[in-house]
Amino acid sequence: MMGQVAITLNVNGRNQTTLAEPREILADVLRDRLGLTGTHLGCEHGVCGACTVLLDGEMVRSCLLFAVQAQGASITTIEGVEQDGELHPMQKAFSEYHGLQCGFCTPGMILAGVDLLKRNPDPSPDEVREDMGGNICRCTGYQKIVESVLGAAREMNEVTS
Amino acid sequence: MKPAAFEYHAPESVDDATGLLSGHEDSKVLAGGQSLVPMMSFRLARPACIVDINGISDLDYIRCDGGVLQIGATARQTAVEESSEIADCVPLLVAATGHVGHRAIRNRGTLAGSLAHNDPASEYPAVLMALGASVTAVSSGGSRVLSVEDLVGGHFLSTALAPDELITAISMPAQSGGHGFAEFARRHGDFAVAGAAAVVAMNGNGVASASITAFGGTTPARLDEAEAALVGSDGGSAAVAESAARAAVQFPSTDDIHGSADYRRALIDVLTRRALQQAVAHAQEV
Repeated sequence: MMGQVAITLNVNGRNQTTLAEPREILADVLRDRLGLTGTHLGCEHGVCGACTVLLDGEMVRSCLLFAVQAQGASITTIEGVEQDGELHPMQKAFSEYHGLQCGFCTPGMILAGVDLLKRNPDPSPDEVREDMGGNICRCTGYQKIVESVLGAAREMNEVTS
Repeated sequence: MKPAAFEYHAPESVDDATGLLSGHEDSKVLAGGQSLVPMMSFRLARPACIVDINGISDLDYIRCDGGVLQIGATARQTAVEESSEIADCVPLLVAATGHVGHRAIRNRGTLAGSLAHNDPASEYPAVLMALGASVTAVSSGGSRVLSVEDLVGGHFLSTALAPDELITAISMPAQSGGHGFAEFARRHGDFAVAGAAAVVAMNGNGVASASITAFGGTTPARLDEAEAALVGSDGGSAAVAESAARAAVQFPSTDDIHGSADYRRALIDVLTRRALQQAVAHAQEV
């Protein structure tokens, strides 16, 4: 098939159908076809991590996946991270610990942090550095990002315990 | 940074996939896409037809039966990393997978795709070569089994596969002996400048067998002269140093933007020594 095809994605809990060419990467479809511009595109070749989203609950680079491949899949973008109008603890922690400056990398950082804590709810600082190593920030120098993820982990563990 | 237009197919069986590959001149298999999609975005690759094999559910498996590990073409690298079966039967594969890309990449990337792409900085071709792995390649004309060494050895960003062949599975014997893996990359998870993998078996007299491979810059290579220096020795630090020195001489080191041939040779020496130290230590525990 060439030309445009109908693609149905469950984005942040809502089924959405859009037309797109097979060559359109998921990040472009989210941004340009569905208007979800919170997903940022930095390098567009899988190096920077800015476009990180969750695909069926697992983090992926949305620049390295054609949208047509995500047919029928569930996708969580930064717009879907908040819970009932309340910022997610990871978002709150990035604000509280100054884990962002310009904010360009932040959507990808937040989703990578959410994914990490889902797999490892109480990571050590080294584990955070290792796991978040796939996401590049050009402002903060990473110290505050690591503190934010650790802060979110403490907050989330307090709530659940 | 946008891929050129292509015809997209998502077959649900291996027969349909190989039919599509033989029926379309300029076609490419899409598995994890972690190398192919960026190449298409840069337009270094602009295939006319994409055959997406992710919908072939028969290819997504990991099995270790009767001393043989088999990994299907669409099994993700994360699945390999987290497989307790693989940790038991081929632990080198789990150790090396932690060095492959970043988590988000491993969630999509596949071992078969990494072999088919054969990037010189990639861990899997050298690691699977050290493990004596082979692949099953299928086309509409039939199937054949070839060793990873024959598949990737001597090739640079290409393989011995014909354009209409699809890797359906990778298989290898359970690891016999201890293993080691070491690489150098500017950022952990990024493309390695160089690396080395080793499997060493010991008996009462010392090193009974050794399999040593290295990668970086050029084609991955099996280093039989380094192996010969180690086998029959006591596996002590002098023998390990001698083996690593021979590895550095035998490895086909080249200059590129990431380092000179001499620099890479020095890295191969150090990294092979580290891999062998780990392998000998593991072998003594086994």
